[in-house]
Amino acid sequence: MNANIYRHEFRTRLKSVVIWSLALTFLVAFFFSMFPVFADQAALMNEFLARYPQELRAAFGMDNMDLSTVLGFYSFIFMFAQLCLAIQASNYGFGLVSIEESELTADFLLSKPVSRAQVLTSKLLAALTSLTITNLVVWVVSFTAITLFGEQREYETGTLILLLFSIVIFQLFFLSVGLVISLLVKRVRSVTPYALGLGFGMYVLSAFSGVFGEVALELVTPFKHLAAPYIVEHGAYDTPLVLINVAVTLAALAVSYWLYTRRDIPAVS
Amino acid sequence: MSIIEVTDLTKYYGKARGIVGISFNVEEGEIFGFIGPNGAGKSTTIRLLLSLIHPTNGSAKVFGKDVVAHGPEIRRDIGYLPSEVYYYEGMKVIDLLKYSASFYNCDCTQRMHELSETMELELNRRVSDLSYGNKKKVGIVQGLLHSPKLLFLDEPTAGLDPLMQRKFFDLIRAENARGVTVFFSSHILGEVQRLCTRVGIIREGKIVEISNIRTLQQNNYKKVRVTAEGLTPGSFDLPGVTNVQVEDGMVNFFFKGDINTVLQKISAIQVADVTIEEPTLEEIFMHYYE
Repeated sequence: MNANIYRHEFRTRLKSVVIWSLALTFLVAFFFSMFPVFADQAALMNEFLARYPQELRAAFGMDNMDLSTVLGFYSFIFMFAQLCLAIQASNYGFGLVSIEESELTADFLLSKPVSRAQVLTSKLLAALTSLTITNLVVWVVSFTAITLFGEQREYETGTLILLLFSIVIFQLFFLSVGLVISLLVKRVRSVTPYALGLGFGMYVLSAFSGVFGEVALELVTPFKHLAAPYIVEHGAYDTPLVLINVAVTLAALAVSYWLYTRRDIPAVS
Repeated sequence: MSIIEVTDLTKYYGKARGIVGISFNVEEGEIFGFIGPNGAGKSTTIRLLLSLIHPTNGSAKVFGKDVVAHGPEIRRDIGYLPSEVYYYEGMKVIDLLKYSASFYNCDCTQRMHELSETMELELNRRVSDLSYGNKKKVGIVQGLLHSPKLLFLDEPTAGLDPLMQRKFFDLIRAENARGVTVFFSSHILGEVQRLCTRVGIIREGKIVEISNIRTLQQNNYKKVRVTAEGLTPGSFDLPGVTNVQVEDGMVNFFFKGDINTVLQKISAIQVADVTIEEPTLEEIFMHYYE
């Protein structure tokens, strides 16, 4: 770990962190402010939802969701928050070392007296710090929104904490998978399409796996590994799936270190 | 002691050739010129020595340590000026230089200001606002500010105006006088001749020749053109004269050997104009392929 690289990396991402945090604040606060309306009309709402085909509800993960409870409603919003967090984390993952290469500053950094492993560790920690800030913002805004608009209804604080704690696992998955893909492809010219692809791709996979019932697809996507409705319903994680998630993250990180320390930095061409 | 020892170094990018079986040594305190046309493998060699890329085969040592195993340690005493300079666009020059300095255990502030003053670099501008030449200056200051023991200069003069080039050469000479070893890559023979003591010539990934700059010059052709009245192809019938062409009272020929013999011959006639030129690099390479 090199403090200079860490600081530099963190600063470069600061603006992006602020924007993502603001977007998530708006998303959670705005949608949750509608909770009182939904809660009052709960019976009507659930009836309304029941008219939709089972497959469609499953696609949005709403098949076993009760919008009249605090956590039921919150878990609905949480899925959209997850989508944002996925794109943000993949964005940082894909860009972690590839931006340095596409903007050709890698020569500058790597001709300094630091090892590749040090560079990668510093960059990873800086990105993780940035993600954690966004993460904490989501914690704060979630608790605040529930206090403000939850109409003092009862809910399991433990389950909410479990839900919010899943964010860091979720972010690490996209960060490290984005990173490993960026090292496996020859050159990442633009980060955004990759990040959107990975984020939305995984989301769509989870939607499909909802439509088609029990399929192997849910083994792949973190949107299933850490599905909010499951956590709310059971008050616990789906342990095997979470273990798969963590295993993929660790494998991606290990492979990333292996690849990066052996990587030939492309020259200007 | 050899500062750089390269043994049978080979680099392939997939199937594309980088360099093939290169071996050479650079001694402490010398300015070693590395010349060759574009794509010959000059940058590849430097990037291998900085372990920005990894060798397919062979090995290289800098300061007596293997570059792959001891990269970070070696790079502590290396300054590198890449051929194309790219820096973090959003940063100010001063912040970039401070960032660069922060990697070394030195208080480089004073030296940073001295160097910037010499190179007339404005510290408060943003990197994105700089012209190519100014970015190059940033590169020079950045490469020198931690007082490295070994300098890699990869086509350093491109983009610098002649005045700056001269200041830059003075700077390099001053560094060299303090005992800094310089590895100078270029495709411009003239600047290599001005600065270097020894040169390696690389072509198509292979070292064609390593020699003292003096011997190289002696062994090389000069292009001579004499304009005078009444010249015939036989006017310069000397050993070492080849490729004689005559047109409109002008004689062109290549000469190899002691230039004084030609000068004596020329001084004997009433000439209107004389030019004696360095052969272009291309012509030197032709020579090595004859």
